[in-house]
Amino acid sequence: MLPEDVKAHPTAGALEAACGDALVSGKFDRGELTIVVDPEKIVDVCRFLKDQLRFVRLSTVTGVDWYPAEPRFEVVYHLLSVDRNERLRLKCKLPGSAPEIDSVTSVWPGANWYERETFDLFGVRFRNHPDLRRIMLPEDWEGHPLRKDASVTGSRV
Amino acid sequence: MSDSITAPEAPPETESAGSGRRSISLNMGPQHPSTHGVLRLQLELDGETILKCRPDIGYLHTGIEKEFEAKTYQQGVTLTDRIDYLAPLSNNLCYCLAVEKLLGLEIPPLAQWTRVMLTELTRLNSHLVWLGTHAIDIGAMSVFLYCFREREDILRIFEMYSGQRMMTSYFRIGGLALEPPRGWQHRVRTFIDAFASKVDEYENLLTNNRIWIGRTRGVGYVSLENMLDWGITGPMLRAAGLKWDSRKNEPYSSYDQFDFEIPTRTESDVYARYLVRIEEMRQSARIIKQALEGMPSGRWTADAPHVVLPDREKMKTQMEALIYHFKIVTEGFRVPGGEVYQTIESPRGEVGYYVVSDGTALPYRVHVRGPSFGNLQAVPVMVEGTLVADVIASIGSMDFVLGDSDR
Repeated sequence: MLPEDVKAHPTAGALEAACGDALVSGKFDRGELTIVVDPEKIVDVCRFLKDQLRFVRLSTVTGVDWYPAEPRFEVVYHLLSVDRNERLRLKCKLPGSAPEIDSVTSVWPGANWYERETFDLFGVRFRNHPDLRRIMLPEDWEGHPLRKDASVTGSRV
Repeated sequence: MSDSITAPEAPPETESAGSGRRSISLNMGPQHPSTHGVLRLQLELDGETILKCRPDIGYLHTGIEKEFEAKTYQQGVTLTDRIDYLAPLSNNLCYCLAVEKLLGLEIPPLAQWTRVMLTELTRLNSHLVWLGTHAIDIGAMSVFLYCFREREDILRIFEMYSGQRMMTSYFRIGGLALEPPRGWQHRVRTFIDAFASKVDEYENLLTNNRIWIGRTRGVGYVSLENMLDWGITGPMLRAAGLKWDSRKNEPYSSYDQFDFEIPTRTESDVYARYLVRIEEMRQSARIIKQALEGMPSGRWTADAPHVVLPDREKMKTQMEALIYHFKIVTEGFRVPGGEVYQTIESPRGEVGYYVVSDGTALPYRVHVRGPSFGNLQAVPVMVEGTLVADVIASIGSMDFVLGDSDR
């Protein structure tokens, strides 16, 4: 359920009407709209946003680690509607152990590398991803450097 | 004895379906000169036709996003230079705008206009390097020499402003690092007055050149729908017919006060991308001229003593200023909690900085959306089914920087 001030926004209102049970919360921060989505329903929400609300472009997918809080991980999506000149941020909260979420590559093929990057650097697994391999680091790298419990300086060999 | 010697591994040849011919695998890069850095393309070929292409990046990954988390906000500016090393000022600007939005800072007009002027010079700088190297890849040597002649002038202007040719870090959170140098008007005017005729020179060499047209027209086509699906941005998108430019659509740093056009084409091939970038250079020159003529006067830093370092003179005479100086240098400044996604139009496309603050003096998370990363993943869409000789022209037209995609 979205708060009233967020629901007044046309995009948030349309989203609430179509798939209200998938939305966890929403807020305006410095003029930017953020909607927190149930991770199980991310693909449905994205499909609706792209097909009905014309968010034709996915700008980026990334993660944030809130260690040691639970749910630990956030997967963050930034969308752009070219027609309406409007940006939207979606978030999904995932648990610290075995974080998994459905891939949105079926909606925007361009999510492919962004999800690989998030997998590589945060260790979030994307289900139904066509090619989930490490992208930045070598295949045999251990750990996920952007997690907060990974050291900035690395380990001494 | 001969049993212990195993036969060498069979060459990676496979029977390609239907044709009855064998396909071969070819590694292009990471040390191939035309990949401008360390891009590796794994190509599967049937004769000269590309059946499959698999780009492989990450050779230049330096963990910049992680490093942000261990630096104060102001120190982070130096990292942004090194992301896209052909357009360092564009990245400086985007990062500063993001943090300034978190802080709620008002930037004085002089700083905003100087930022516009220098980022447009950066666009020229980047497009010149692109044009020169792209032309070399296709076989036109002399264009490179002309382009680098003009680029040198631009780098000298950057040096005049900041003391550095490439890694300028000239934009700081809250404004500019230094007052614009004495005599900048003369230097910029000398350069920009001559620049239009220089663009004519490049066009004379290429635009109607039959070899150039033969190598670029109809090559590297991607439909507009595919471009949006794959997240391609920048001149490539505009060469496919979409008039989208952050400078017009979501103006930042007072771009709305400037008069300029957004060039577009519809052919969406390598030649159209070339024409779009050439016209962008002319439009950038227009913006620089306007900035030169209408440059406001006043302070070059925001009125925010807790963020911006005080003047040297004040620091020696006023207690307050000395305390602020000490606080900023030793612990940085605290940024109110929250998150911001700021985008700008860099020479390559949409640069986005997603900055998350937890209220301390170090950023909690900085994510950089590099345009090269988004563009590069569409290489297979562009080259599969075309000839291997066209790969060079196709990837050259993307104008990627590997530092920007690998970060």
